Amino acid sequence: MPALSELESAYKAAAKDSAFAAELSQLQATYIGRPTPLYFAKRLTEQLGGARIYLKREDLAHTGAHKINNAIGQALLAKRMGKQRLIAETGAGQHGVATATGAALTGLSCDIYMGSDDIARQSLNVFRMKLLGARVIEVSTGSRTLKDAINEGLRDWTTNVRTTHYVMGTVFGPHPFPMMVRDFQAVIGKEAKKQILKAEGRLPDYLIACVGGGSNSIGLFFDFLAHENVRMIGVEAGGRGIATGEHAARFAGGSIGVLQGTKSYLLQDDDGNVLGTHSVSAGLDYASVGPEHAYLKDSGRAEYTYADDEEALSAFELLARTEGIIPALESAHALAETIKRAPTLSKETVIIVNLSGRGDKDVQHVARIKGIEL
Amino acid sequence: MSRITRKFIELRKKGGKAFIPYIMTGHPTLQRTGELIRLLEDSGADIIELGVPFSDPLADGPTIQKAAQTALQQGITLRSVIAFVAELRKTTQVPVILMTYYNPVFKYGEERFARDASAAGVDGIIVPDLPPDEAGALISYCRKAGIDTIFLLAPTSTEDRIKKVVQAARGFIYYVSITGITGANLSMDASIGSHIADIKEKCSTPVAVGFGISNPAEAATVAQFADGVIVGSAIVRQAESSDADISRYLLSLRNAVK
Repeated sequence: MPALSELESAYKAAAKDSAFAAELSQLQATYIGRPTPLYFAKRLTEQLGGARIYLKREDLAHTGAHKINNAIGQALLAKRMGKQRLIAETGAGQHGVATATGAALTGLSCDIYMGSDDIARQSLNVFRMKLLGARVIEVSTGSRTLKDAINEGLRDWTTNVRTTHYVMGTVFGPHPFPMMVRDFQAVIGKEAKKQILKAEGRLPDYLIACVGGGSNSIGLFFDFLAHENVRMIGVEAGGRGIATGEHAARFAGGSIGVLQGTKSYLLQDDDGNVLGTHSVSAGLDYASVGPEHAYLKDSGRAEYTYADDEEALSAFELLARTEGIIPALESAHALAETIKRAPTLSKETVIIVNLSGRGDKDVQHVARIKGIEL
Repeated sequence: MSRITRKFIELRKKGGKAFIPYIMTGHPTLQRTGELIRLLEDSGADIIELGVPFSDPLADGPTIQKAAQTALQQGITLRSVIAFVAELRKTTQVPVILMTYYNPVFKYGEERFARDASAAGVDGIIVPDLPPDEAGALISYCRKAGIDTIFLLAPTSTEDRIKKVVQAARGFIYYVSITGITGANLSMDASIGSHIADIKEKCSTPVAVGFGISNPAEAATVAQFADGVIVGSAIVRQAESSDADISRYLLSLRNAVK
């Protein structure tokens, strides 16, 4: 608790400090490569024959996903707080890579916790983290995925709280993490709003983004919340189908619970133990979801649906072939929903899909699924 | 007055300190837990802390994580732990505390939990992932049911936090000896004595110390400052040793806590 209070006051002070804002925005422009483009996917739009589809190209951000927006923000904050070490959890490896990058950039040491199942399916990112000077610590407890990596990260933080900052990678965990991570990711929606106004002269009708913990989606949604005509759709991982129990669709298959300092929708059994999850994408393979998404769902402001493994894999291939962009398997879930929905909408309808990351990290995994030896 | 408070008063009169062992319910089996409780009592345990297994035990180190996994595999739940205590009450009046994470209690229903646990003979609860700021409802249900709510303080706790815990705690205050998780190596914070003295200045609630205490020497050191000493992981590690070995170990701890 003292660590959380310390973090909250440090963050509030930083958020008011124009020097902090200037440093962050300088790095966003010259290091991360922001603003990321908003790309009109002409061929995909034509092929689906309905709504006009724009892709917010977070895959073009440095390190290949939106995770860097938050990691750089928190690394600067940790430096400012006088911490010497960053730790983080990672699922797909993107947040681990982003945090290792932030640590290298600010000269802090870095340890990344990663479930052994995720290490197996994301070996490329494991090596990237090591190249960036981080140590990757394998977590083989529990379900050996993201949730267990967060547990270990929090245990480490409890132990080394005086010297270490825990870089939570998503809009989850105890306050102030959900607020702080959202704020660092809100740049996605801020840019997208300006860009769509320039391209279309109006706001979009739909925003579609995948939801694991929920940082890329809240990042896209946040600046549009006040615009009631902009509909928001979050896409969870349907895994092998809701009925099989092998999924990570917390809204479709979960109930309210408390995990890792957060009250939200949770996949749990009748006794309050957390259930195992499955998704083809490591980044969505998580038993709970950011509390602000729970609020947006309950208030009806955003709607939540899911795409299963197969739908995500076909979306992955479709985007590669029609647009020459290989998306992350996480982002492919948002595309899968777009593929279902766009044909049912008029040609005047405008959709922005958050292409939250690039798919290079998934290429090996997809090949394995298709039975292809590389 | 709760059994826990009565125990501390009784010890205070004798000038003694409380020895508070922790074991995980259902590790390695529920039957063994019953046997272990008899061994604990025979070795002079003043209060017994029973772990409730949870899938994501954030505050626990590898020993208790593994014990929880074992217990979960055998179907041990908060419900079965409460039933186990009810059974236990037929043969012993030793004060029993449940250490459980919050989600099982939340899912069970806080009011129903307090009522059922109290009826079973549970004397106190520790919920390590529930700070007093968020515990209003649970505290009031437990007060009504006569269950002591035990909260944690750490070496990093601020004055403000100490005040909140002092207000919310009943039975005793659990002082976490280190910044860290259960079963970690104890490198005693030099300021532990003054920290505890500082807490005791603010309240008359007893202060017991736990996390990382694994041998008689450490237990004896901690007992100099504290009203009670909690030993968990080190005992859990021995759950499958012979009764004679466990008893010897427990007695060595018991004799060190004075």
